[in-house]
Formats: sequence, structure tokens, C-alpha cells
Amino acid sequence: MEPMMTMMKGNEALGEAAIRAGCRFFFGYPITPQSELPAYMARRMPEVGGTFLQAESELAAVNMLLGASAAGVRAMTSSSSPGFSLKQEGISYMIGSQLPCVVVNIMRGGPGLGNIQPSQADYFQVVKGGGHGDYRMITLAPSTVQELVDLTMLAFDLADAYRNPVALLGDGLLGQTMEPVSFPPMREPADDKDWALTGARGRAKRVITSLELNPEGLEALNLKLQAKFAAMEAKETRWEEYRCDDAELVVVAYGTSARIARAAVDAARSTGLKVGLYRPITVWPFPHEGLARLADRGVRQFLDVEMSSGQMVEDVKLAVLGRARVDFYGRLGGMVPTPREILSEIQKLMGGEA
Amino acid sequence: MKLLAGMPQAMSPVVTHYCPGCSHGVLHRIVAELIDELNLRERTVGVASVGCSVLAYNYFETDFVQAPHGRAPAVATGIKRARPELFVFTYQGDGDMAAIGTSEIIHAAARGEKITAIMYNNTIYGMTGGQMSPTTLMGAVTATTPYGRREENGQPYRMAELLAQMPGSAYVARTHVADVANIVKTKRAIKKAFEAQLNGLGFSMVEVLGNCPTNWGVTPAEANRYVLGDMVAYFPLGEFKDVTKEVLAGVRP
Repeated sequence: MEPMMTMMKGNEALGEAAIRAGCRFFFGYPITPQSELPAYMARRMPEVGGTFLQAESELAAVNMLLGASAAGVRAMTSSSSPGFSLKQEGISYMIGSQLPCVVVNIMRGGPGLGNIQPSQADYFQVVKGGGHGDYRMITLAPSTVQELVDLTMLAFDLADAYRNPVALLGDGLLGQTMEPVSFPPMREPADDKDWALTGARGRAKRVITSLELNPEGLEALNLKLQAKFAAMEAKETRWEEYRCDDAELVVVAYGTSARIARAAVDAARSTGLKVGLYRPITVWPFPHEGLARLADRGVRQFLDVEMSSGQMVEDVKLAVLGRARVDFYGRLGGMVPTPREILSEIQKLMGGEA
Repeated sequence: MKLLAGMPQAMSPVVTHYCPGCSHGVLHRIVAELIDELNLRERTVGVASVGCSVLAYNYFETDFVQAPHGRAPAVATGIKRARPELFVFTYQGDGDMAAIGTSEIIHAAARGEKITAIMYNNTIYGMTGGQMSPTTLMGAVTATTPYGRREENGQPYRMAELLAQMPGSAYVARTHVADVANIVKTKRAIKKAFEAQLNGLGFSMVEVLGNCPTNWGVTPAEANRYVLGDMVAYFPLGEFKDVTKEVLAGVRP
């Protein structure tokens, strides 16, 4: 297919973007609110000579992903919060085994079975590790359907470049939103990984494992991984600043919250308040640098807005390091904040209560 | 002078970590000999499970990946779907396949994944120190059944019979490696299982009864007598499913 501009649901656009990035293997398990993605893959994969497989569980899906990735192909799995919990075991193994892949979490309200409304309550889980061991993965947080497409393409490249899983962190609202979107041209799947398991034809055998019984050896592997994570922090940190130039208060938000906060920032500006928006695009590596610069430049107040009880706010406080006041506003359990609510928080903070 | 027996090409020339008297070495050798005989060494990817055989990847001269506990059939599925031209087998113990990995093995069989699963059933968790597994016989004393396995622990069940029921399985058998005649039979069964995969017939599995002198607390000779006696009595030997003949004769599409 040629590049096109079309109306599309977030979950489906994500699937199309993955296919255009050369992903030909998708292993999924149904869970709301991401179910349109596997359904889209089930329809589309056969058209491009790819494979869609509905696994018997999230555990099986993520381990099929591990196998496909070990065989050197571009592959993806997706889930929503409770399902993502189950995938964490496989993610830890893939990081230990240095296997690239893309994992999607379209978050919903929790804890437990929670509900199927949009939420951002898995920030700690995805961004801070979640699975066992000492690991990081690049976590991209799109806030529009177009960005979902662009970051999905990027996610596959980053995964291959670092031989590490990359997470796409969205929520039910983004997944269900329908917007005009354009796609980049189709890329052919590459088959050039010099570490992949393809049968030891004319070469020495290759072994992919996360086991290292010798503690010195395992420490060496961990140090190698940490160096990789440091390189990701140095090169892959991404964020967006909106109307921050003369801002006195900066709202910090990602994904859907950022989109709503942007409307609140515009509303505040129209009443003469100097307010900006700082939007992390990578929530790991967290973009400390830009926030620190804003604090140095004299922004006196930051307002962190999330659809959680305040998980990213810890990173915001670390970035600001006491140089400015950091407040938090959040809604829980699948409740989505309105621009009016956020505006009201901004007005309260700028009304001289500090 | 003619060399009658040497190291299979598919086997690495290293000393294994297995305990004295353990049958894993015999089973490894059978698998490696068949990989040689069927000329599969350069198109094989093995999947190591968690447990004593987790280090299998050190002993085979083929590509290998190590899977999380119980998930080897899912990992094998991913490899085979990505590269159908490869020959893919899992090597799992009874704890791995019959406890934590029941879901993965049953569904791989149900889907008819063109992979081969080899299960070393010695009725115990070896690597973690001799705990009860789903196949531990009633009355057997283990680290977690210090008074012997009782009703409250459930009763051992038969994996091969279970998998033979799956619509996608092509060949399922149970053998043992406690004497020479049955080592030969085991090799014959695993060969049929490999050929089922190579002919694209579906899922294949061989459950091999093995010993664990260390965790059973007996000598290797006593251990093999337990296999030949109590274990064979509870886990009957034989082929529980074999569609090879029918399919090759054109009875089934």
C-alpha cells in the first residue's frame, strides 16, 4: 500500500504501523481495551505474508514472542494492564537474553481486574522494571494516533539497535480514539541479525540464554546491560515543550493526560496566565534534562497531571530537585480528568497559595 | 582398526554437570545421534527448559535457546512459526512440562505445532533439591512430601496419554532408558517423533522414564530397578498416538 491519510482507531493504526515497520509476527491474547489490535493483525497479517497467532495465555504469547525474536524476526505482542503483568516474566527473560521486540500496554484501571476505562496506573510497572532483576526498557508514550504510528515505527528500530524490548505505553482512550493519520511506506522485514538462531549451517552454534550461574559472569552481563541502558539515556531521551518559553507554571503530563492538559494550558493562556506544558515522550529514559533546565530558568511551579495516584511525579521531583514547587493532580480508577479540572488546579496554584 | 562408536557430531565434547548414574546423558546422546543420522545439525534449534536440563545448550552442537520455566513449547512455537524450515525440539523435565508448563504443552499439541517435545520423567524436581512433581508416585518421600505422597497432594497423572488425546498430536509415546533394549526402543520412538515433525504431520512428544539416584537417595542400579518396577507399572510403555502410517498411506489429508 502507498502512504495514505485515513481515519483510524488508535489500536488499529498501531497494528498497521507495526506491519509497515516490517513486523510479520504477532502473538496476542484478548483483553479490553486493546482487543482491536490483535483483531486487526488477524485480518492483516495473512495479507502481507505474516503470522498472527492467538496464544492460550499472555504467558504463552510473550514466550512465543521470545522464540520468534530469537529466530531473528521482527515481532510484537500487546496487552492491557492485568495481561501485561503476566508478560513481565517473559520481558525480563528477553532483556536478560538481549532479544529485541516491541511490547504494547494499553492501560486500564486497576489494581486487580479493575475496569476497562483508560488509566495510567502502570507507570511504575512498565517504567521502573516490573519483572524481576535489574533492567530497563525504552518506553514510548504517544499522545495522538499519528504519534502512535510514528513511535511504533521508531520502537522497532530502537529494539533492534539495542537488542532490547521496547514498550509502547498508551491507554484505553488513545487505543479507542479515531483520528486522521498518515502512514509511512511499507518497509520490508530485514533478515540480517548475526546473532539469530537460524540453524548452525556452516558456522559455530549460537546459544541464547539469560542463565549465568557464575556470579562474576552474571555481574559482567549486568554491567554490559547497564552500559546499554546508559547509552539509551544519553541518546534516546525525548520530550516536547509547549508554550514553555515564558511560563511561570509548567504542567507535566504524558500520553492522554498531556493531550487534555494541553487544552487546559491554552485555556489558561487565554486568561493571561503564563502556563506551559512539558510532555515526556520517553517516560523511560525520563527526560530530566529539559525539566531541570526549566527549573533553572525560573519556572517556580510544576503541576504533574496523571491518570494515577502520582507515579511519574517522583521522576518530576527528582528532575526539579527542590528548585521549584511540584504539585500533583490525578484521577484514579479509570476516571479521565477534564481540561476544566486541570485549569482549576492551575488557577488555584497561581492564585498565590504557595 | 574400525571405530565402532564415537562422539556424535551434534554433541559437544565437554563434561556434563549431571550426577553419576543419571540418565540425562543417555537421552542426550540418543537425541544427538538422531540429529546426526537425520542430517539435522545445521537446521536445528533446541529449546532448553528450566531444571537439571537447563544447561542442555552446552551439550549440543546446534543452535539453542533457553526458555522460562514451563514455557519451552511456547518458545518453540515462536521459533517454528518464524522459520518453518528449522527443526525445533524442546527438552523438558516432568516438573517443567507436567506442572508449571501444562498449559503451554497442551496448547502446542492442540494447535498441532510442528515441534517435538522430549520429556524426561524422573518423578521429581532434581535441580531444586528433590521436591514432589506431578508425576511423583503415591507414597514416595520427597523434600516436600516428607511423609510420602498422599491423597491430599493429588495423584500422579500420565502426560503421554493426555497429549495423545490432543487433535493436533501426530506421534506420542512413552519409553524408558533403564536397560539396553529399551534405550534402543527409545531411540526408535524419538526417531519417529522427529520424522513426524519433518513430514509436517503435527506435534510429537516422547515421554522418557528416567532416574534420579541423587534425589531418590539410592544407587544408580537401585534407581534403574525403581524405573523398571514401580514406574513402569504406573506409567505404561507404548505408542499412544501414531498417525504416521495413516497419513503417509494417504488416509488422512
